Amino acid sequence: MCGIVGIYLKNKKYNKQLGKLLTGMMNNMASRGPDSAGFAVYNKSNNFKYTICLHVSLTSKDLQKSLKTKIKSFKLKTISDHVVIITSAKPEKVLPLLKSISGIELVGYGKSIEIFKQVGNPKDVVKKFALDKFSGSHAIGHTRMATESAITTNGSHPYSTGEDECLVHNGSLSNHNNLRRTLIKNGIEFKSQNDTEVAAGYISNSLNNKKSLKDTLTSGLKDLDGFYTFITGTRDGFAVVRDEIACKPAVIAETKDYVAIASEFQAMAHLPDVNKANIYEPKPGVVYSWGS
Amino acid sequence: MNLDLTKKNLSDVNYFLQHLDKKSNERDFVIKNPLGSHALCAGLQDEMSVTIKGHVGYYCAGMNKNAHVTVEGNVGTGVAENMMSGTVHVKGNASQSAGASGNGGTLIIDGDASSRCGISMKGIDIIVKGSVGHMSAFMAQSGNLVILGDADEYLGDSIYEAKIYCMGKVKSLGADCIEKEMKKSDIVALQAILDKNKIKADASKFKRYGSERKLYHFKIDNVGNY
Repeated sequence: MCGIVGIYLKNKKYNKQLGKLLTGMMNNMASRGPDSAGFAVYNKSNNFKYTICLHVSLTSKDLQKSLKTKIKSFKLKTISDHVVIITSAKPEKVLPLLKSISGIELVGYGKSIEIFKQVGNPKDVVKKFALDKFSGSHAIGHTRMATESAITTNGSHPYSTGEDECLVHNGSLSNHNNLRRTLIKNGIEFKSQNDTEVAAGYISNSLNNKKSLKDTLTSGLKDLDGFYTFITGTRDGFAVVRDEIACKPAVIAETKDYVAIASEFQAMAHLPDVNKANIYEPKPGVVYSWGS
Repeated sequence: MNLDLTKKNLSDVNYFLQHLDKKSNERDFVIKNPLGSHALCAGLQDEMSVTIKGHVGYYCAGMNKNAHVTVEGNVGTGVAENMMSGTVHVKGNASQSAGASGNGGTLIIDGDASSRCGISMKGIDIIVKGSVGHMSAFMAQSGNLVILGDADEYLGDSIYEAKIYCMGKVKSLGADCIEKEMKKSDIVALQAILDKNKIKADASKFKRYGSERKLYHFKIDNVGNY
């Protein structure tokens, strides 16, 4: 099953409430995915150059010690079992250095993204990460009912395989093993056996080859075999696409202030002025995007 | 009587409507704050009128018998699925599988219905004032699917004896579904359905689609179409 949610703010007046709005959306989708949950929040006004989000099993003191020998200046922000490294050093320099530190797993990185995921009921997960305190321009969330791989943090969504990119997915893919092998040859790294991570890698690979997000998702309709509703986030916005059979649900609510997308209307029932929103279903095989 | 879903539990509201006191004359209900709830007004058995003020979730008014349910908003998957009789009127848009396997009664959707509208319908009348999504009336057995707007791909795929009337464009027809002659008797029958439901439209402007009846029995020549 799984629940997916996303919100993109057109009006800055809601920026400070972004986390709170997404919290409500994820809580309402807990019934669709009680195994694990995760979210990505985009905030371009952060006063740091890069964020690198890690799932850690060592203490932040130990991590601080290990990092000091590798990176000149950085700050650490610890939330639950995640640590965000805030640094001006470029990710292409930092990420290879992190590989030698045991007890950490990369969750995502970029200039405006912060990404968190954890095993457990979504209602508990959003509380542990204090999602309601986050502000930003857009955010994406996922509640998981596991089908394709184990219930672990790296089996949870969102998947991030490129700078400021992330993907959440409701559905399942049938050609992910073949596609994973091809993408590994193209230099994309995978951390799990999960099908969605392959779709995220497919998108990153295509964006790396200078294709637009819209073209990427359109060619994905041909290359990704299975059933899905995807929400893919980028630095500037997000896009939604459903496979051509469209048995996985999605509903969009658009007002002058925001665009919200969710697996069910229930997820958006608490959003401001939602009863005045233009509410519709994304058509099968059509890419919808905002801000990107 | 007002029933507010922020004050009353969904199961309690459904139970109350499903077990109305037969002697009671209270037969008009307004449900407030549905907040996208699933299976709201499912399994109603008695003559009554229910107005839902807002958007609802899946399977709204499923298995309906005798009741008249109006939704002042959008509905999720499977509105009025397996309806037996009565009416369900959606003032907004409907998600996929609207009126699925409906045996009787009338489903009216003022907006659009998405994919698989009227899938496996068995006698229900479905009237969509907007357009329908792909694979609508898939394996539809009997009843009428009336579309005032357009229809997306594979309309009437593997259809049996249901009748499809569409005023707008049909993107493509599914296997074994063909356009049929709109005879005088069809115009009269369709006009009667439109008039009965107070829909202002001219039946002679519709085209009719139905089964070519080539896939009823297995034939090796048709293997590619199954």
